[in-house]
Amino acid sequence: MKRILVGIKRVVDFNVRIRVKADNSGVITEGVKQGINPFDEIALEEALRLREQGLAEEVVAVSIGPPDAQNQLRTALAMGADRALLVNHAGVIEPLDAARILLKVAEREQPFLVLLGKQAIDDDNNQTGQMLAGLWNRPQATFASTLEIREGIARVTREVDAGLEVLEIDLPAVVTADLRLNEPRFVKLPDIIKARKKPLDTLDPAALGAAPRPRLTAVHYAPPPARQKGQRVKDVAELVASLAAKGLV
Amino acid sequence: MNRILVIAEHDGRRLAEATARAVACAQAIGGEITVAVLGAEVAEPARAAASLAGVAHVLTFAAPANAHALAAVQAPQLAAVAVSFSHVLAPSTTFGKDLLPRLAALLDVPALSDVMAVETATRFRRPIYAGNAIVTIEAGELRPILATVRLASFEAVATGAAAAAIEAVAVPPELPAHTRFISVTSQDSGRPDLATARRVVSGGRALGSAEKFQLVHELAAVLGAAVGASRAAVDAGYAPNDLQVGQTGKIIAPQLYVALGISGAIQHMTGIKDARAIVAINKDPDAPIFEAADYGLVADLFEAVPQLIAELRSRGR
Repeated sequence: MKRILVGIKRVVDFNVRIRVKADNSGVITEGVKQGINPFDEIALEEALRLREQGLAEEVVAVSIGPPDAQNQLRTALAMGADRALLVNHAGVIEPLDAARILLKVAEREQPFLVLLGKQAIDDDNNQTGQMLAGLWNRPQATFASTLEIREGIARVTREVDAGLEVLEIDLPAVVTADLRLNEPRFVKLPDIIKARKKPLDTLDPAALGAAPRPRLTAVHYAPPPARQKGQRVKDVAELVASLAAKGLV
Repeated sequence: MNRILVIAEHDGRRLAEATARAVACAQAIGGEITVAVLGAEVAEPARAAASLAGVAHVLTFAAPANAHALAAVQAPQLAAVAVSFSHVLAPSTTFGKDLLPRLAALLDVPALSDVMAVETATRFRRPIYAGNAIVTIEAGELRPILATVRLASFEAVATGAAAAAIEAVAVPPELPAHTRFISVTSQDSGRPDLATARRVVSGGRALGSAEKFQLVHELAAVLGAAVGASRAAVDAGYAPNDLQVGQTGKIIAPQLYVALGISGAIQHMTGIKDARAIVAINKDPDAPIFEAADYGLVADLFEAVPQLIAELRSRGR
């Protein structure tokens, strides 16, 4: 079966203004709206389009997280994923542990393509895809803005600092989605109902042979330094004079 | 003593300034600094790396396979030498972000992304949630410590006269061939790159149409600025996706940021909070953007911006 594995991370919704806990022990996530990491949504959309073009037969969404991450997997199923896997783990998952778990899942599922978001908008690490590709000893194409699948190879345009880079990679491979890859579809109500019947299996990381072993310690969380309150200017002339006084124009 | 390896970014001719910023982070950690230069042509960038202040050694990995920076090809070469270092750093650019995590996986160690401050040789600060929180990470006994260095947080080290010793490393003949470089095209719009521009002019939904969004380009041209857009403007089709500034777009830190008709949604503000100065022009006096703006002008942008362009042009003469 020509299968694509897509990573789905449960994160604080991108519209929420997060706050640091008063005792600096973390970020407040309790009672805060959660959603699919936006870059993962783009990765899923790309996988669905490849299936719709007949280039893949099955799209499997996988999440590593607490039982509540089932909600995000249900959304992924409503968007169109064929089935979902939750690797159940409530604690901290470092990118290397996520990559070790995804490697085990990839070995089970034998996808020809693993599509992940380039980074999660909570810890902003931008590491998991590269680490998975390294452990798997397979090609990686990060920051993808276009993806073309041919027989056994993928041609990927990457948004790099120098411009647009095109790579050709042998499959299987890991591709991480950047913002421009596509615009994810909206979920329709009938699809949400249909998604309830799609298979969602739960896996245990230790049983997979990849129990998390976090090795970095977050010792302190702080809000960023606040910006100083600015001034109102009455017209364009005053604006330009103010900017010129500061050497900004 | 710490032995710190800094992975150089270069294009075969010039050493990228990002490298000198990563060396500054290595200096903040403290120890003996070595720079690794991988490429098909390494002579020029190696010479430049050897003259950076604080650099003791330069290792070159010269091979045709290194002509383009492919993480899958370069990570195994670096893994062979990385174990003898206490720290391995790369600039937090698309180059470093692509390469360093793959190297970390080969070494079976975690990595820190976007280090913005060094507290001790094992304790670092980095931004999370698009910079809305800063976390301090302790790496403890872990070695080597791998990190990418946030460029906006470190000034480039100076170029000195004293040149470090340059040593060639034998590149293994068997390197992965599963990843092939095809081409790179620079998006040369004549405008500076949005991600690194010193000045940025962005437009929001209030521009009203793709045609009227030209006003943003006109002001940007006068200021020599890059063009950005709010998510609302992108969603409305006034500007392409790659111009989006904000949490799910580009996170930028220009000297001057000019927001035209942008209300200032949270996800936009997180993308610009590191800007040195923020100018907001908006008709709505209650727009949240005015909370963060250093200079706020309540005005119809279709009147104010042409005036601003004329004013700037007359000053330029």
